[in-house]
Amino acid sequence: MVNIIWASMAILGIVYAMFNGTMEEVNKALFESADEAVMLSIGLISVLVFWLGLMKVAEKAGLLRILTKMFRPFVSRLFPDIPKDHPAMGYILSNITANLFGLGNAATPMGIKAMEQMKELSQSDHASRSMITFLAINTSSVTLIPTTVIAIRMKYESGAPTEIVGTTIIATFISSLGAIIVDRIFYYRRVRKTKR
Amino acid sequence: MSVITTISTWLIPSLILFVLLVATWKKLPTYELFVEGGKEGVKMAVSLLPFLLGMIVSIAILRSSGALEAMIQFISPLLSLFGVPSEIVPLALVRPISGTAALGMTTELIQTYGPDSFIGRLASTMQGSTDTTLYILTVYFGAVGIRRMGDALKVGLIADLIGIIASIVIVTIVFST
Repeated sequence: MVNIIWASMAILGIVYAMFNGTMEEVNKALFESADEAVMLSIGLISVLVFWLGLMKVAEKAGLLRILTKMFRPFVSRLFPDIPKDHPAMGYILSNITANLFGLGNAATPMGIKAMEQMKELSQSDHASRSMITFLAINTSSVTLIPTTVIAIRMKYESGAPTEIVGTTIIATFISSLGAIIVDRIFYYRRVRKTKR
Repeated sequence: MSVITTISTWLIPSLILFVLLVATWKKLPTYELFVEGGKEGVKMAVSLLPFLLGMIVSIAILRSSGALEAMIQFISPLLSLFGVPSEIVPLALVRPISGTAALGMTTELIQTYGPDSFIGRLASTMQGSTDTTLYILTVYFGAVGIRRMGDALKVGLIADLIGIIASIVIVTIVFST
């Protein structure tokens, strides 16, 4: 699926440019965006090294285990195929917590670690059930305080920059809940398919 | 506002303090552990590069050619039929595909219509309440080498749609006076 989307975005763009005389723009964007991607990856190094380093200390100090214990009833229901004391749980929880507090750049390294742990559990290059659930929660974003948006609103002299916090929380809650429900529906559909 | 700003500036330093205090108390080799964990970060960033580059270039082709714009123009009237304000449609469509493009659009909408207008509030809520699905899938699956994504993309996109509809409904209810 991702192969088709990836290729068709590029194909559509190039074909469209052929007939609309925007080939020059495409050419320029091609190498500018490649540059941008490299800069983004290099920028990620600092964030990844810092957070993964700190998380290693936190993990060895037993802090992730405490976090997992606190939220066990909630997350073990969301991720029934991960063993209760598996380190994946700790990383999933740190990722969700980081997202909640709007620490987007801390959430990514922890999310990747969680994926790594889940891959160790499944031992395959197919997305496992818990991975899909985890990504569904992440794509629907569980931010409590949308700091970037508030900053933009302040810049354009909003009378109440934070008035959208409430609506954002409700919208985010509904979309996350929706994501979890949709994920479950797809899961049961898969189960039925394999049984047949 | 000042309370929220204070909390977010204190959060990370306090977290570092807490982790280091507990680890030192448990007599762990903190610095060595930090370096050990950090090494993984370098490898991760390098292995992510091709995934990010491929996806970003493909999106850039679609955007720069004008094809994305044309698609939005084509879909807009359809969505307007369902009561989606036409000004917000481009943002709603771009949000799951490109984070930087969406942020640019949100800024532009807030600038044009004012942060306290209906469109401004709606754009703010939409920007904050969903994430860039394509980016998240690329990074998370790319980093650990998952080739078959299963239903992840479908689930993510449906969740985005739910988020967009929820944003419109909630902003309409809360701010309609």
